[in-house]
Amino acid sequence: MNDTIAAISTTTGAGAISIIRISGPEAIQITNKIFKEKDLTKVQSHTIHYGHIEYKGKIEDEVLVTIMKSPKTFTTEDVVEINCHGSIIVTKKILEILLTLGCRLAEPGEFTKRAFLNGRIDLIEAEGVMDLINSKSESEKKLALNQIEGKVSNLIKDLRQKILEVLAQIEVKIDYPEYEDIEEITYRDLKQNIEEVETEIKRIIKESENGKIIKEGIKTAIVGRPNVGKSSLLNNLLQEEKAIVTDIAGTTRDIVEGTIIINGVKLDLIDTAGIRKTEDVVESIGVNKSLETINKADLVLLVLNNNEELTEYDKELLNKVKTKKHIIIINKIDLEKKLEEIKDQNIVEISALNNNGIEELKNKITEMYNLEEIESKDATYLTNARGISLLKQSEEVITEVKNGIQTQQPIDMIEIDLKRIWELLGEITGETYQEELINQLFSQFCLGK
Amino acid sequence: MEYEVIVVGGGHAGCEAALATSRLGHKTLLVTGNIKNIADMPCNPSIGGSAKGIVVREIDALGGEMGNNADKSHIQIKMLNSSKGPAVRALRAQADKITYPKNMQETLKNQENLEIKESLVEDLMTEEGRITGVILENNEKIKCNSVILTTGTYLKADILIGSTRHREGPHGERPSQHLSDALDRLGFKIIRLKTGTPQRIDKNSIDFTKTREERGDDTFHTFSYYNEPMYKIEDQVPCHLIYTTPETHRIIKENLNKSSMYGGLDDIKGVGPRYCPSIEDKIVRFSDKERHQLFLEPESLYYDDIYLQGFSTSMPHDIQEKMVHSLPGLENAKILKYAYAIEYDAIDAKDLKQTLETKIIENLYTAGQINGTSGYEEAACQGLIAGINAALKLENREPLILKRNEAYIGVLIDDLVTKGVRDPYRLLTSRAEYRLLLRHDNADLRLSEYGHKIGLINEEKYNKLQNKKQQIEELKELLKTNKITPTKETNEFLSSINSAQIKDGLSLYDLLRRPEVTMDTLKHFIEIPYNDLVKEQVEISIKYEGYITKANKEAEKMINLENKKIPEDIDYDKIHNLASEAKQKLKEVRPTSIGQAIRISGVNPADISIIMIYLKKEYNHEFK
Repeated sequence: MNDTIAAISTTTGAGAISIIRISGPEAIQITNKIFKEKDLTKVQSHTIHYGHIEYKGKIEDEVLVTIMKSPKTFTTEDVVEINCHGSIIVTKKILEILLTLGCRLAEPGEFTKRAFLNGRIDLIEAEGVMDLINSKSESEKKLALNQIEGKVSNLIKDLRQKILEVLAQIEVKIDYPEYEDIEEITYRDLKQNIEEVETEIKRIIKESENGKIIKEGIKTAIVGRPNVGKSSLLNNLLQEEKAIVTDIAGTTRDIVEGTIIINGVKLDLIDTAGIRKTEDVVESIGVNKSLETINKADLVLLVLNNNEELTEYDKELLNKVKTKKHIIIINKIDLEKKLEEIKDQNIVEISALNNNGIEELKNKITEMYNLEEIESKDATYLTNARGISLLKQSEEVITEVKNGIQTQQPIDMIEIDLKRIWELLGEITGETYQEELINQLFSQFCLGK
Repeated sequence: MEYEVIVVGGGHAGCEAALATSRLGHKTLLVTGNIKNIADMPCNPSIGGSAKGIVVREIDALGGEMGNNADKSHIQIKMLNSSKGPAVRALRAQADKITYPKNMQETLKNQENLEIKESLVEDLMTEEGRITGVILENNEKIKCNSVILTTGTYLKADILIGSTRHREGPHGERPSQHLSDALDRLGFKIIRLKTGTPQRIDKNSIDFTKTREERGDDTFHTFSYYNEPMYKIEDQVPCHLIYTTPETHRIIKENLNKSSMYGGLDDIKGVGPRYCPSIEDKIVRFSDKERHQLFLEPESLYYDDIYLQGFSTSMPHDIQEKMVHSLPGLENAKILKYAYAIEYDAIDAKDLKQTLETKIIENLYTAGQINGTSGYEEAACQGLIAGINAALKLENREPLILKRNEAYIGVLIDDLVTKGVRDPYRLLTSRAEYRLLLRHDNADLRLSEYGHKIGLINEEKYNKLQNKKQQIEELKELLKTNKITPTKETNEFLSSINSAQIKDGLSLYDLLRRPEVTMDTLKHFIEIPYNDLVKEQVEISIKYEGYITKANKEAEKMINLENKKIPEDIDYDKIHNLASEAKQKLKEVRPTSIGQAIRISGVNPADISIIMIYLKKEYNHEFK
């Protein structure tokens, strides 16, 4: 228990502020590496510090950092809490950085576990802690499995297989040096292989970071011309569901980010420009902004006014959403129908004002996104901080492999690092076992007495 | 009590076990079916090899006999992987199948406290879960405190050739009929395994001009740290290399259904080793491979058998004749012994503690093939550990349990007792996660302290070790304190060896880190008054410092978890929150530490957390 663990301790999206908690012997030291303003290793215990998180020359967020030194802390270890102001995406980014710098992502219930093991919590609570770990790990296991379904998981499996074959080729020559038929791997082959792996890992990291993150929730845009009732709709959804809307700090404050959970389906509202502002602000943003938003979204809720005829703006939006998963919401059905007939499979009529049709809308969304659907089968990127940090760690070990090749270290030494990459990738997909390598050895090569 | 320890079986495990207990002053009886076959090598005529060679060094460092005996008995020796990094080098010797057993028998006969008896043990005597003695085939009962079973492949052994099955051990020896039933009765899980051995060919019938000669090294090597070479380089006997032909493959494919394994016999239960498939297996599984490599290995200077390595099969005799005659140089070969497969009983090693004492019967130990391993070296090291632990227990001392970062022996035993085996287990470097720490060159530094503490390494050897350790430190210091400066002469020299010139002063220690610089290079600057072994240690530790540091760091994490002990009386049924698969596995293996528990497949991190909390709650364990 001498490693340092970190996790986002606030529920994802549960407030305007997210807290990252870090516990362990290196908690302060690691935070200090990315805290811009002062030397946190020199500050007093139980103090709060204002400043910025900076990594590789880039400011990530404006934060408050609480330093609590052992033993008077929850876990009795050194504990740091970083209060992030930014969105959940920024918080995750900071967590990723911490993981890259040597923290380990806390297991479910691990802070509590440490608190207990270090005598901080009463014995009676032990059973509860065990239950917590058990249930959390069950649900997280399911979640983790969902997260790595599909293409990305296959991509990583392919990479592992590629490395495994190289490992087997090296190890077989160690264990069976007298077999001349099996060729010794050359530095050139090794270099080529590792560079291919590197390119692929870099690509997955990049795509993962590009924000093309679906699994975290369905990126949902509410679009429509001014005055059709977008904000009323939003308010309606917000009223009944647990919804969280946060402002991104320090920017123009015209973009709302937030999460709505509808019958277990999580919608992440994106770039819902000025939805809570006066309508004239929206107007000034105009159609271009809406089109841009549609491009980024996984699900588009296009709101039309039942009481008005279609405008050019509406037609352009209608045309655009055809290429996307969408629901056309005809609002204001309590008023006279002036809108012409629209041909589409997914139309819901509502009256946001009278709270009519909202239930149907919700059912429609749930229907469209039954669980299998969300698994985003063609995702070629990772969505969880843990996975991304493991990829980044692999990337660093790859550098060491390349150094080894550069300085012509014995291949069996370089192979130790190569094996490490294979293990790191295995942690992402949840497959690590030594036995795999031995099986490969005997299925790939023909050996024996 | 007539004897303190009875060792059952005189193979490589039995010899080490009996020598260890008797050398530690315990009156020991070795019971074997045939005294002449003690330390016999029924399969390949070699000792060592990749990973295994390192095990022999480890046996030697702990005070065992195999290394010393091999040094006295080989007809060829070479260092494998000498062109690779230091972590994977290993010695392999062609042992003389006459001399090796003879020398070992001599050692046993001269050993104080050790008696040898020719008989078969057919039953065990126990009282309240504790061993009290053995019962021989003639019903004679012999009492003792501890028993070490090293029965090899002799438990219900069946020899398989083509469609025939005979109950006999290797060399036509009598197998033990009832001992495995006795173990079964006592509550051991019995598994069935299979292995095989290839043909022996008359040397005089081989045309060696059609083969390629494989010679031993022209530098001296010894397995034992304490031996001087006892052979002449030029007297070493060569091996020969040949390849199978298309004709060989045709014969095998056409007669596949006659092989015991491919339909000749339909009652085969034994699981064969993956690492030594029969030739028919290789041809079926790797059908695209045009040829397979075979080695002709001389078995002895005193008779004419050549061991045909790589040609193990369970085909009937007539097909074997055709197969052998299709090989280059063997067109007129005379087969002296046909290849055969052997099926035998073994126990599930998960029934063992890490000391190799069984969990079921106190003071009963098992070692070697009975535990599901294969190979002389694997057997010998288990025999040694079982012997040492039996002796330590008699003396009420702490047992010897080697960790995975300390020895290949530790890797082997941990694998066995944690995972059990499905097919015969062979040590491979791939099984050792810290192989960089488990080198051929440092086995003495790793293990001789233990050997000395136990009492198998005497003062003289121990002093030699301490002296070596001291010299290593001195030499490192010497290299750190001696600096070279960027003089014209120095830089010209560096250029001449294709090394970058220097601008500032540089210690010899740092200079040695450069890949192109060796300890020899440093002679240009200072005199290095230390022997080769000391220089080798220093050079390895400097050159691979980065890798070694990483390995040590990894090992430290593991040790940390190993130090978190799980009490023997833990009741997994009382931990409600444990996943049922984990619970079942944990009950089967009963790991002694959190570290071991993690290595059990099917036990996940959440289960480990739950166990730790349970231990804290029930036993108030400190896990800091």
